[in-house]
Amino acid sequence: MVKRYSVWIAAPVLLIVLPQIFDSGFAITMMSEMCIAIIFALSYNMLLGQGGMLSFGHAVFYGFGGFISIHAINLVTDDIIVIPLELIPLVGGIAGFFFAILLGYISTKKAGTTFALISLGLVELVVACVLLFPSFFGGEEGVSGDRMLDYSITGIGFGKGVEVFYLIAFWLMVATALMYLQTQTPLGRMANAVRDNPERTPFVGYNIHLVRFFQFALSGFFAGIAGGLLAINYEIVNSEMIGALASGHVLLMTYIGGVGHFFGPILGAVLYTFLHLTLVNITMAGQLYLGVLFIIIILWAPNGMAGILMVHQPVWRAGLFKELLPTYLMALGAGLVTFFGALILVEVNYHLSLSIEPDKPMQLFGVEFLANSWPPWLFSIALMAAGYFMLRPIIRKIGLKWDELTQVMQGGK
Amino acid sequence: MTNKIALNLVDVEKRFGETEIIRGVNLAVKRGERHAVIGPNGAGKSTVFNLISGYYPLTGGKIELNSQEINGLEPFQINRLGLCRSFQVTNLFAKMSVFENVRCALLWSEGYKYSFWHLMVRQKKLNKKAEEIIEQLNMSHRSKIPVGELSYAEQRTLEIGITVAGGADVILLDEPTAGMSKSETEQAVELMKFVSEGKTLIVVEHDMGVVFDLADRISVLVYGKIIATDTPDNIRNNKAVQEAYLGEEEEV
Ligand SMILES: Nc1ncnc2c1ncn2[C@@H]1O[C@H](COP(=O)(O)OP(=O)(O)O)[C@@H](O)[C@H]1O
Ligand SMILES: [Mg+2]
Repeated sequence: MVKRYSVWIAAPVLLIVLPQIFDSGFAITMMSEMCIAIIFALSYNMLLGQGGMLSFGHAVFYGFGGFISIHAINLVTDDIIVIPLELIPLVGGIAGFFFAILLGYISTKKAGTTFALISLGLVELVVACVLLFPSFFGGEEGVSGDRMLDYSITGIGFGKGVEVFYLIAFWLMVATALMYLQTQTPLGRMANAVRDNPERTPFVGYNIHLVRFFQFALSGFFAGIAGGLLAINYEIVNSEMIGALASGHVLLMTYIGGVGHFFGPILGAVLYTFLHLTLVNITMAGQLYLGVLFIIIILWAPNGMAGILMVHQPVWRAGLFKELLPTYLMALGAGLVTFFGALILVEVNYHLSLSIEPDKPMQLFGVEFLANSWPPWLFSIALMAAGYFMLRPIIRKIGLKWDELTQVMQGGK
Repeated sequence: MTNKIALNLVDVEKRFGETEIIRGVNLAVKRGERHAVIGPNGAGKSTVFNLISGYYPLTGGKIELNSQEINGLEPFQINRLGLCRSFQVTNLFAKMSVFENVRCALLWSEGYKYSFWHLMVRQKKLNKKAEEIIEQLNMSHRSKIPVGELSYAEQRTLEIGITVAGGADVILLDEPTAGMSKSETEQAVELMKFVSEGKTLIVVEHDMGVVFDLADRISVLVYGKIIATDTPDNIRNNKAVQEAYLGEEEEV
């Protein structure tokens, strides 16, 4: 019992302590963005993992949550309405819910490819609206606001980033708990049923269209909360937030984290946001590395990081993980060699084709060299080849080790 | 008179493109009756079930459940009116446990609708009912196992279980014992007798032992037409039936 609830106690403690340890502006920004991404990814998984609905347009509800929230903030600033800042995310949530109801009824009629294509169509529709209604969407520069409202429940001014972080963390806990509980309700379970077997579900009395529709609407609600938090965090909302790219991000982070377990998207959102914010500062090829990570996950770990963890749970429990560790470390080493080889090749090519002066020397890990000379190319290809030939036997070894462990564990039963 | 009829098929027809599969089926099943449908493979037995349960639309005729016309309704609507069906090919919620399967099958009839404010663990009555059903299926020891890991016979048993869980009073079972061993079949027959107590049962069945044991009346479907509906004894002695079906079976 204690174990079951421990994570719900540990998480808030962690959220309270983290900004005290990592208190730089960049760290606070990153953690805030991670928390928002977690809510967004979990809401996406209500569709994908729980309901089997692959959406390419989930950011529509995130975006509407953001836009309505920033407008609400401005209305409060102008003394037209009274809402404390702490409750603005709820406004975002209601906006997301409303638009999910408006757009969801038709799109949830069918699942599978039809649903995916309609979601793509909705993005196009909304992006067209951004151009049509500049007064609402603020055109190219977007809509900005000032989160330091006169109304506050807690008396906090929200001038500092860390204060905003705590507000985001609070909503993260509330939204995560609610989304988790929702998986334990009749609607949550029937969403699983419709995902697993839409053919059978009507014969136990359920209208599969309505199951999908209600699931969709709730998922829009939580996406809207995330959008409202983003509006508060950056005090500006623009069309980037509502478009196909943002929808792509949430799909990638959810998949990388794993769609099959509730906590998967949490891992995915944290890792993805971290990589996104750091890589984009370091290299022009940041998005490319994220894309490669996504492909690797899809191909070799379709249940994502959460799936990898869960596969190891029985091994860990049996105290056998130490048997695997050496081969894993070897695989990691060989993998890194391959990766560095590929990385050099990518960076050299990005430098040659995108930098302003491709003929000038470039820098990589403190080493300066010419991109259009042969040594880096040769070095890169040599590394990749070496890594590949090291990896092959190691992977075979891991397979054998797994067979061995499976037998040991079955024998022990 | 008519309210003694639980299920009534009148001139039911079904065409897939050009081919006519069901060519005018008339069948009146009395309330409380156990009715078997027999016939050679490809005769259209499963198709008739698919028509009754709303899985396929009719191309002609009409179907009444408790004197109410149900053709044109969606499967979930027909289910809510008190008709349930099983599938010839096992059709469960494969990733869920036995317990979860049964509970999903109970939710609508227990009135939960699309609730996202009831926590399942807290629903004592619902959980108890699910456990009771699993006990009736003799599967209490398998309750937590994902149904994908069950044996074939267990899956077939659960197929019956989630069909009848909702408490519908007209039960359609499509070849429930197909592929079972002799002892498994005997258990399945006992289960069918138990769950159809006081209800109307229509069962498609190939095992003649089961049919003659279970059925009050039998209909023989051949090439999309019912050629006879009668008591087991009369069906056994019916010339047309012997020629079209039973005889053929014995030769094999
Ligand atoms: N959806 C469908 N489309 C086309 N033909 C079908 C379809 N369903 C069934 N049939 C055809 O209808 C005939 C009867 O099938 P079925 O009802 O499954 O027979 P039975 O259950 O009596 O063995 C078969 O010839 C089958 O090919
Ligand atoms: Mg059949």
